[in-house]
Amino acid sequence: MLRDAWLMASKDLRIEWATRVGMGQILPFGGLVLILFGLAISPDLAVAGSDGRSLLAQAAPGLFWITVLLASLLALGRSFAVESTDGNLDALKMAGLDPAGIFLGKSAAVAAQLLALQVILGIGAFVLYGPPLADLVLLSVIVILATLGISAAGTVYAALASGLTVRDTLVPLLVLPVVAPVLLAATKATEAAVYGPLDNGWSWAMLLGVFALLYAGVGMLAFGPIMEES
Amino acid sequence: MNHWTFVITGYVIVFVGIAVYVAWVLVRGRSLTNEVPEERRRFLD
Amino acid sequence: MTSTSSKATYVVGWAALVALALSLLFALVLSPPEANMGDSVRLLYIHLPTIAVSYVGYGITFIGSVIYLRNRSAFWDLLAGAAAEIGVLFTAFVLITGAIWGKPTWGTYWEWDPRLTATTVMFIMYLGYLAIRRMDLPQEVRSRRAAVVGIVAIANLIIVRYSVQWWRGLHQGRTLGVDTQLDGLMLFSLFLSVVAFLLLGAWLLVHRFRVAWLERQVEDMRLARALSERRGEAGGATLGGAVS
Repeated sequence: MLRDAWLMASKDLRIEWATRVGMGQILPFGGLVLILFGLAISPDLAVAGSDGRSLLAQAAPGLFWITVLLASLLALGRSFAVESTDGNLDALKMAGLDPAGIFLGKSAAVAAQLLALQVILGIGAFVLYGPPLADLVLLSVIVILATLGISAAGTVYAALASGLTVRDTLVPLLVLPVVAPVLLAATKATEAAVYGPLDNGWSWAMLLGVFALLYAGVGMLAFGPIMEES
Repeated sequence: MNHWTFVITGYVIVFVGIAVYVAWVLVRGRSLTNEVPEERRRFLD
Repeated sequence: MTSTSSKATYVVGWAALVALALSLLFALVLSPPEANMGDSVRLLYIHLPTIAVSYVGYGITFIGSVIYLRNRSAFWDLLAGAAAEIGVLFTAFVLITGAIWGKPTWGTYWEWDPRLTATTVMFIMYLGYLAIRRMDLPQEVRSRRAAVVGIVAIANLIIVRYSVQWWRGLHQGRTLGVDTQLDGLMLFSLFLSVVAFLLLGAWLLVHRFRVAWLERQVEDMRLARALSERRGEAGGATLGGAVS
């Protein structure tokens, strides 16, 4: 199973490396969203009772995570778009690849891409919104766990919507309600990492870890039925 | 607006909604029944 | 028969109608206003029963999805779909009555209350389930994918509910706990309403299932016709004639 996962992940990442959709299209999209938030929320608005901290800086964690979620929708859609040309998924099935392995591989590939995006988008959010520097250890843990959760849950639902032209509108509808808790926990955790208290941040991080494990488990189980005669 | 306005609005919306759905299901049931031959109309028959 | 009715639906239907009429009487006339919320408590006589119907509906969807994945029976697949549709309809009612009840009680139509937020997310999740059932794919694929969603949605529901609760717990906000004092008559009215709406839900489920069954027959018939036309075209060439 792990061998199959490695095969899938390296195939997807090699495609990404060759086509540069992630860096070339999704990253700029993410940057654009960050900027749009800045345009929509004036940096001059201040939060009452916080020593003049701007609304934008206060909301930065949430805005960052929304941007990540939107970018992940693109990455997830793409993860299955590369399969539906020439019926790749059927070929994979016939090659006897373990469905759980396929799931792990695809979600790992999406997670890797998202992590790369988040490093740059994170710097962007820090620069554009001006929150103070976060506890980097906690922040890294949050980012990794949240990303694992988003890719795991997202891969399941993107697979369910795959193989159709409506995929682009169906994936958001399916994925977003499911990763809403991840958004919640990640935002809360990041707020704690930036503004404190750190203990809160670590408890939210634990919740993120639970999500990641749960969705990974669900994905491994669900991919069997999903892959039959997809 | 006193409370009764809210209550009545709520009840009206819900019951009208139910009535519309009921009508839709029954009408659809009838028209589909006509399209399908007798022996295939019911799961149990 | 010319419709989706039957002796069973007549019995349940009339029972539902009588129960609904009685519950309206109790809810709107016989039961008293509540000490703190006044007459707006009467909205709870719809709000709570509709949530009950939704949960039962989604529960049936879950069970139907599990059984369908095991034995591929059309019955369980169609039942799951019908139950979800009814669940979605009644969840819409939950949200609407919740918002209307909220205005006089909290002062706003919306509160970031754990249950309300989680219920809204649940509503959207099952809209997604219904969207999958309508995808332009072969029926077996559609049904199987919907079944997976129907099962996973329950897990997601629990996660969302729990996490939103935790979120609100850490957040300094108003609690839903408006002090409620429901006396015996009010509890009875509530009980009556729940029974009435469950009967209504059951009646709707039978009819909606039968409609789904008929839709499936029509789809199968169309498919069979298309296939035989295709074979007819192939065979007609050798037989020297067109097959209609």
